[in-house]
Amino acid sequence: MASADQRTAPRPGPRPAPPAHSQVTVGQARPADPAPTDEHGEPMTGAQSLVRSLEAADVEVVFGIPGGAILPAYDPLLDSPTVRHILVRHEQGAGHAAQGYAQATGRVGVCMATSGPGATNLVTAIADAHMDSIPMVAITGQVSSAAIGTDAFQEADIVGMTMPVTKHNFLVTDPRDIPRTIAEAFHIASTGRPGPVLVDISKDALQARTTFRWPTRLDLPGYRPTTTPHRRQVREAAKMLAAAERPVLYVGGGVLKAHAAAELAELVELSGAPVVTTLMARGALPDSHPSNLGMPGMHGTVAAVTALQKADLLVALGSRFDDRVTGKLSSFAPDARVVHADVDPAEIGKNRVVDVPIVGDAREVLAELVPALRAEHADGSRADLAEWWRQLDQLRRTYPLGYAEAEDGSLAPQRVIARLGEIAGPEAIYVSGVGQHQMWAAQFIGYERPGSWINSGGLGTMGFAVPAAMGAKVGDPDRVVWAVDGDGCFQMTNQELATCALNGIPIKVAVINNSSLGMVRQWQTLFYEGRYSNTDLHTGAAVEMGQRIPDFVKLADAYGCVGLRCERPEDLDATIEAAMAVTDRPVVVDFVVHRDAMVWPMVAAGVSNDEIQYARGVSPEWDRDEETSTEDDTAPTPTGPGVALEDVVGDEEGQR
Amino acid sequence: MTLLQPAQQAGRPSTTRHTLSVLVQDVPGVLARVAGLFSRRGFNIVSLAVGPTEQVGVSRMTVVVDVESLPLEQVVKQLNKLVNVLKIVELDPGAAVQRELLLVKVRADATTRSQVLDVVQLFRAHVVDVAPEALTIETTGEPDKIAALLRMLEPFGVRELVQSGQVALARGSRAMTDRASDRPLRSA
Repeated sequence: MASADQRTAPRPGPRPAPPAHSQVTVGQARPADPAPTDEHGEPMTGAQSLVRSLEAADVEVVFGIPGGAILPAYDPLLDSPTVRHILVRHEQGAGHAAQGYAQATGRVGVCMATSGPGATNLVTAIADAHMDSIPMVAITGQVSSAAIGTDAFQEADIVGMTMPVTKHNFLVTDPRDIPRTIAEAFHIASTGRPGPVLVDISKDALQARTTFRWPTRLDLPGYRPTTTPHRRQVREAAKMLAAAERPVLYVGGGVLKAHAAAELAELVELSGAPVVTTLMARGALPDSHPSNLGMPGMHGTVAAVTALQKADLLVALGSRFDDRVTGKLSSFAPDARVVHADVDPAEIGKNRVVDVPIVGDAREVLAELVPALRAEHADGSRADLAEWWRQLDQLRRTYPLGYAEAEDGSLAPQRVIARLGEIAGPEAIYVSGVGQHQMWAAQFIGYERPGSWINSGGLGTMGFAVPAAMGAKVGDPDRVVWAVDGDGCFQMTNQELATCALNGIPIKVAVINNSSLGMVRQWQTLFYEGRYSNTDLHTGAAVEMGQRIPDFVKLADAYGCVGLRCERPEDLDATIEAAMAVTDRPVVVDFVVHRDAMVWPMVAAGVSNDEIQYARGVSPEWDRDEETSTEDDTAPTPTGPGVALEDVVGDEEGQR
Repeated sequence: MTLLQPAQQAGRPSTTRHTLSVLVQDVPGVLARVAGLFSRRGFNIVSLAVGPTEQVGVSRMTVVVDVESLPLEQVVKQLNKLVNVLKIVELDPGAAVQRELLLVKVRADATTRSQVLDVVQLFRAHVVDVAPEALTIETTGEPDKIAALLRMLEPFGVRELVQSGQVALARGSRAMTDRASDRPLRSA
């Protein structure tokens, strides 16, 4: 076996002196270019070797909880001059914190847990990182190798369990394998399409004596991600983009993962094509950019959804034709030819047949596409996009994002989030949970830079916000970090407020408290005749219970955080300002909002994007008699019979 | 031997059996990774055979799948994402040798034994065990031959049988492992 060979045979070639700890710099992890080590390696325990390996991989922070099987690793961790360990309150929090850290910094996030339940508690975060391509290394303790397979105390086959939700995983039972495995884990997690890698290490491997030898090269013959695009394919894409009359740049999270925002902006300027930024790509192009139509998909803008539907060319960049974007796949973008660039070849053609496939890193693809398109333009190939833009601008004017104030004078959740975005500004980081508040945060906050928006997109993990915000704040401590959370989500992971309070991680949490599982309630309103089965959480004031359970202000106080509450529109700005003024502790603001607010626009699950509703019962009047309507500049009026509170739209506060 | 090309595959969708030769690193769990991938992506395995190769540390899986060509492209791409998978080649049945192994125990007493032996001879199979009431027969061949032999043996009474998954090699002088250290097959 290959691994056995590596274990027994000493690596060829000279090994320079080991790095002093002071040489371990804090910067982008470069596991592929590891620090040199000495000829024979340094004697130490497997646990020490693990900590040395983390140092060599440039890890600056680990989120975790100790326990029996991982205990040996925690002893040398105490002595590490560079690796900071943050003790969380639940392993899921460790995982999401590592994700938030990774998203905010672009580095590999690291979490650590013990065997059995410690490891299984990481699974949700690992699956989340897998869906959203977040570079993460999870280290778990395992029972001693002799006990593996015996149903030992706190034994769980975490490698088997996480096979489907990791990019790769390892079981290490020989201490000599620890440095190489850690180096490979960081390399795999951070290159190609990023993702989570789990390293499970048996307790006896951590306790045994070994030598530390950081590998000088990695031997991964089956792992060679393609990052450089095929030039001919890029030229073909440029040709199609230059000639398309109704092009759309369909930008996904891969552009942010590749740090390609500058290259994207260049392509946008050069092509003049409209851009849609998916939920995972908010901030890849500033929302203030005139070419940005906003978010596509189930709760996307009418302009973004319609642009995709009417396009004659989609240039998909680091996006994956997710069902939440495409709606009913068979009717998605029916007239469009497709250029699909992605670093993962398996995404290309998975959901949608592609005309020009390009396998490559988004930054490299864009860096080649820009000059290729310029050459096309120089050859005189350049379609006139004026008519296309005239149609899209009309849609933007007619169907801007909007919301209605609550008639009873209570707070509209959209207003809370919009004001939060305006007051905290584009330099802040916004982290959300999953549900209505997530969609409103994606819609009503203007994202102007990469890394300003962190959320759980693919897996849709409620409870993501608080721990991920904690990780983001640790990674980028100088920025204001707002967790925009729901009352349902917040109750899933708020125990990490203790971690934040004790470790000097002053995040801010806006609980958009509608006293219910809001998105589920919205679906019950729309699709289950308003039968609200098990969606009432009783966290608001005016409930029949007569009390808030829990009282989020008291809860914040109990956790050593500042607790604030806002229930009236007139107090909104002052409350947000008060929260902004707290810098030494975490703040939790209980925004008690109108519970019947709904997320619009909406494409119902499983139907065509053509059936987007701007508000309840209101469909845009596009695609009807297209030939004549495009000649007609009069805007359709978004009103109709049965227009409810939410249907009155176009509030200028909600527009960007 | 056909290297999978997505453009070609997408052009002619068809529901057929495909034989994939997959070179993998011989490390613990690699079979679970491959098998798990097939099941969670909804790909149907007809047979899977795995064994060592002429290269130390490299195993070869022969996977027969029953999918349309478009999903087959996904199978190959998803397999390629497994870190322990080195190379994948789809074998063209017309340009490959494909074999299965069959061991079958057939009722045969003094009155029927010679008839069974006739069948064995006809199919160039071998008797590997004899008992007063039964014969155990071994044969290798393409799936059609195995099926035909079984049809002929069934009237005598099949006591039990075991079949291997299909193994296959491309015809000609080239070896798949020649370039196993090369870049694994990448589509698009």
